Amino acid sequence: MKRIEAVNDFVIKFANVNGSGSASANELFAKAILRMGVPVSPRNIFPSNIQGMPTWYEARVCEKGYLGRRGGVDMMVAMNPQTWAADVAEVQSGGYLFYDSTRPVAESALRKDIEVIGVPLTEICNAAYADPRQRQLFKNIIYVGALSVLLDVDAAVFETLFAEQYRGKELLLESNVRALHLGRDYVKNHLQAPLGIRVQRADKVGNQIFTDGNSAAALGCVYGGATVAAWYPITPSSSVAETFQKFCDKFRVEPQSGKNRVAIVQAEDELASIGVVVGAGWNGARAFTATSGPGISLMTEFIGLAYFAEIPITIIDVQRGGPSTGMPTRTQQSDLLACAYASHGDTKHVLLFPEDPHECFEHAAAALDLAERLQTPIFVMSDLDIGMNQRLCKPFTWDDARAYDRGKVMTAEELEAGKDFGRYKDVDGDGIPWRTLPGTHPTLGSYFTRGTTRDPYARYSERGSDYVYNMERLLKKFKTAAALAPQPELRRAERATRLGVLYFGSTSPAMREALDVLTQQGYELDALRLRAFPFAESVSQFMAEHDKVFVVEQNRDAQMHTLLVNELSIDPARLVKVLHYDGTPITARFISEAIAQNLTPVQTETPLQKEAA
Amino acid sequence: MTYLAKPKLHHPTLTTNAVGYTRRDYEGRVSTLCAGCGHDSISAAIVQACWELNIEPHRVAKLSGIGCSSKTPDYFLGASHGFNTVHGRMPSVLTGANLANRDLLYLGVSGDGDSASIGLGQFANAMRRGVRMAYIVENNGVYGLTKGQFSATADRGSKSKKGAVNRDNPVDLVGLALQLGATYVARSFSGDKEQLVPLIKGALEHGGAAFIDVISPCVTFNNHSGSTKSYDYVRWHDEAVSRIDFLPAHSEITVDYAAGSTIDVLQHDGSTLRLSKLHADYDPTDRYAALSYMHERQARGEIVTGLLYLDPVAVDLHVSLNTSDTPLNTLQASELCPGAQALEKINASLR
Repeated sequence: MKRIEAVNDFVIKFANVNGSGSASANELFAKAILRMGVPVSPRNIFPSNIQGMPTWYEARVCEKGYLGRRGGVDMMVAMNPQTWAADVAEVQSGGYLFYDSTRPVAESALRKDIEVIGVPLTEICNAAYADPRQRQLFKNIIYVGALSVLLDVDAAVFETLFAEQYRGKELLLESNVRALHLGRDYVKNHLQAPLGIRVQRADKVGNQIFTDGNSAAALGCVYGGATVAAWYPITPSSSVAETFQKFCDKFRVEPQSGKNRVAIVQAEDELASIGVVVGAGWNGARAFTATSGPGISLMTEFIGLAYFAEIPITIIDVQRGGPSTGMPTRTQQSDLLACAYASHGDTKHVLLFPEDPHECFEHAAAALDLAERLQTPIFVMSDLDIGMNQRLCKPFTWDDARAYDRGKVMTAEELEAGKDFGRYKDVDGDGIPWRTLPGTHPTLGSYFTRGTTRDPYARYSERGSDYVYNMERLLKKFKTAAALAPQPELRRAERATRLGVLYFGSTSPAMREALDVLTQQGYELDALRLRAFPFAESVSQFMAEHDKVFVVEQNRDAQMHTLLVNELSIDPARLVKVLHYDGTPITARFISEAIAQNLTPVQTETPLQKEAA
Repeated sequence: MTYLAKPKLHHPTLTTNAVGYTRRDYEGRVSTLCAGCGHDSISAAIVQACWELNIEPHRVAKLSGIGCSSKTPDYFLGASHGFNTVHGRMPSVLTGANLANRDLLYLGVSGDGDSASIGLGQFANAMRRGVRMAYIVENNGVYGLTKGQFSATADRGSKSKKGAVNRDNPVDLVGLALQLGATYVARSFSGDKEQLVPLIKGALEHGGAAFIDVISPCVTFNNHSGSTKSYDYVRWHDEAVSRIDFLPAHSEITVDYAAGSTIDVLQHDGSTLRLSKLHADYDPTDRYAALSYMHERQARGEIVTGLLYLDPVAVDLHVSLNTSDTPLNTLQASELCPGAQALEKINASLR
C-alpha cells in the first residue's frame, strides 16, 4: 500500500453524532492548524435534527490557500458507529482511518488499502473521568490530542487556544489541557507519528480572520446602523439575528441610561417579521430581517408592497436547499429567481452576492445604505456554505469618516422653503423620488402610502397613465441601482481569450482554484465574479467580448443563466451551464472538469485554443 | 374616488382648539364608502376625539390593512402620514413604525375580516407584545369590498343578505384582547358617538395596547333582519357597562354622570379616565371578571359596550425592549457605529 504523503495539503473529515459536543473540539482542531500558519477551510455537514443523527466536519488543510472544497478524504476520524461503513469507504486509497479502538472491530469492516489507527478513546476517557457528560465531552478533546501528535501539531498551540478560551476559568482550562495530553501521551507511547500527512509551521494565514458569514452579516448590520431587526427562526439564517442581538448588547447600549439603541423582535412568523421591517423602514429606521427560502416565500406579498410603495428594507437571505423544505441543512444558490422577481406583478429587486464572511459584512452594511438610497428592498444573497461555516477571509475594515446614506428624505426646512414635494415624482431623473417621514411638518409633506396606484403626488389613481409613469420610473430606478450596487470583479486570463466564466457568491473559492487548475491544463478563461443584480454595464461588455461564457451556479435550473438571458437578451447558445446542486458546496474539481470536458472539441477548432494548448 | 379633495376653505368662525386647529383640520378626503356606513361615523368620532385632545394631526401615524375599514384612514387626519398596508398585516407594520419612532401616536384601523380572519395572528401578537397604539376594529361581520361574504366575527346562525346561514362560531376579538394582555379594552357602537368619542380619546392617550371593537353596521350587505350586526339589532341589544370621560393631564374639566358609581383612573401621563359604572357589580380593573361578565351577557344575546377593562400601568413594547428614549430613527452614525477601533479588536479575536 502506498500511503498518502502530504505536508500542509490534505482533507480530514470527522464523522460524529449530532449533539455529542464534537463541534467545539473540531473547531479547536481547525483553529490550531491556523495558528500553525496554515490555511484551513472547514465545513459542517449536519442533519436537520437536534440530536443523535450523523454529522460531519470536513476540514481542508491547504497551504496554497484554496478554501473551496477539494473533494476526496485523506483521513477519516470515524466516531459514529452508525455511519461507519460509508465513512470507511469514503477514504481515498492510501489514506488514513482513525477510530476508537476500545471495542475490537472485525477485520472485514476495515480496508487493506488504508492505514488504520486505533486509539482506545472510551477506555482512556472512562479511566480518567467518572461523570458521563465529562466522558462524552472530553473524549472529543482526547481525539484532538491524539490527532495533534499524528499530524505533528504543537501542544503549545492548543494550550494557548485553551488559555484564551478559558481565561478566568481555571478549572475548565486545566481539565481541557489534561484531556488533550491524555490523547497525546497515548499516541506518543503506542503509535508511530507523524503520519504521511502532517502539518508544518508556515506563514500563509497572515492577518486574515476566521469567522462565519452569518456573524459577519450581523456585524455589518451593526456597523451599517440598523436599529430595528425582526426575524423568525429558520435554518440556516437564525444566527444572523442571534449574533446581531449579541453585538447590540455590547455596542448599542446607551452609556448613561443603559437603554438600547436598537429594537429586536422575534416575530410570530415571517409575515410579521417583514411587516415590522416595512413599518420601521417607512418610518425612517434602518431595518432588516434574516431568513431563508421558505421565509422569502412567506414574505413576498410584503416585498411587493415595499417595492411598489418604495420603502427601504434589507433582507438577508441565507439560502439552503429547496424547493419546499428541500434540504434545510444543505447549501444551494436556488433563491435567485424567487428573490429577483419576488411578488406578483412586474417587480425587480436588487440582489447582492457576498463571496465570503468579509463580503457578508460589507454587503450587509452596503445594503442598508442602498435600501435608503433607492427606497426599495435589498437582498443580501448569502447561503449556508458561507453563512454557517467559518472561513478564512480578509479582516473587516471600516472608515470612521463614512457617513450613512440616508437617501432622499425631505426635511421640514426644505418643505418650508417651498420645495415641491411629490412623493412619487422623479425630480432628479434617476427614478428615485423624495420622501418625507411621518411627523415631519404640521401642514406640508404628509402623504398616504398604499399598494395601489397613485399619481406622482401620492394621490389614489386608477389612470393607466399614472400607473405607466410609475412603473417606468421604477425601471429607471432599477437602472440607477446597477451603477450604485457593488460592481463585478474581473480576473483576466494571462493570454487574450474569447472564453469566459461567470460566477458569484460562495462559489468563489472553488472557482479561484478551478481557474488555476484550468490554466495549468492549458485552458485560458477570463472570469467575472458577479456581485450584484441588476447587472452592471461591465457584464454586458464581458458578454460581448467572449464567444462562449460558462455560468457556474449551485442550483438545478440555472437561475443566474435565466437572469442573464432575460435581463441582457443574451443569445443562450453562447452560455454554457455549469450546475452543481446536490447540497454540498461546489468543488474546484467539479468546475474544472465540467469546463474542460466542454472545451475539448472547441480546442481543436479555434486558433486561440490551439495557442493556449 | 378618494382623489377628490375637500374644499380647503374654512368658515372663519370655526372654533379652534388649544393647539390652534379647527375640527376641519382633522378631516381627510371625501369618503368613498356607502352613505350611512358605520365606518364614516367612526371616522367622525376619531376627528372629534383628536380635536378635543388637542393632538397635532401630523403627530399621528395612521395605519390600516385592507378592506372597507382600512380605506378610512384616508378620510380623517389629512395632515398625518397614513399607510394602507396589506390584508391583515397592519399590526406588524404598526409595530415596526412604532419601534422606529416612539414619539408619534399610532392609530391602527382594521376590520373584522382584516383582524379576525387573515390577520388574527398579527392581532393576537400585537396585543401580546403591548405595542402602544389605539387599535380600532370597525366590525360589521361581513366582507363589504367583495360583496357580502361572512367574516369571522359573524354570529353563528346569523344570515347573509342572500339568505345563507352562518354555521361557524364567531371570533370574539374583545375576549381575545383581554386574554392576550391588552391593557385597554373596549367595545362600542358606531351609532353611539357619546360613548365612542371618549373611548377613542382614552385609547389614544393610553400607554400600551388599547383595543376598541366598534360594531359598525354595513348598510349595503349586513343591515337586514337576520344580521346581528345591523343598526336595529345593536340598538336593541346594547348593554353599556360604563360611560367614560377622558380628562387630559392638568385639565379642569369636570363631568357629571348620574348613573351608578364613578371612579377616576389616573393614567401614566397624568390624564384621568373618569368611569361612570352603569352596573354597580362591574369592575373594569379586573381582567378575568370582565371576561366572564362579557361572555355571560353574550350568551344571553346582549352586546356589552363601554370600557370593559383598563390597566392604567400599561407596559408597552419599548419598555419591554428597554429601548432608548430617543427615537431610533433619529440616531446618528456616531451613536450607532462602534467604529474602526472596535472592529480591530473584533478582528483580533477572530485570529
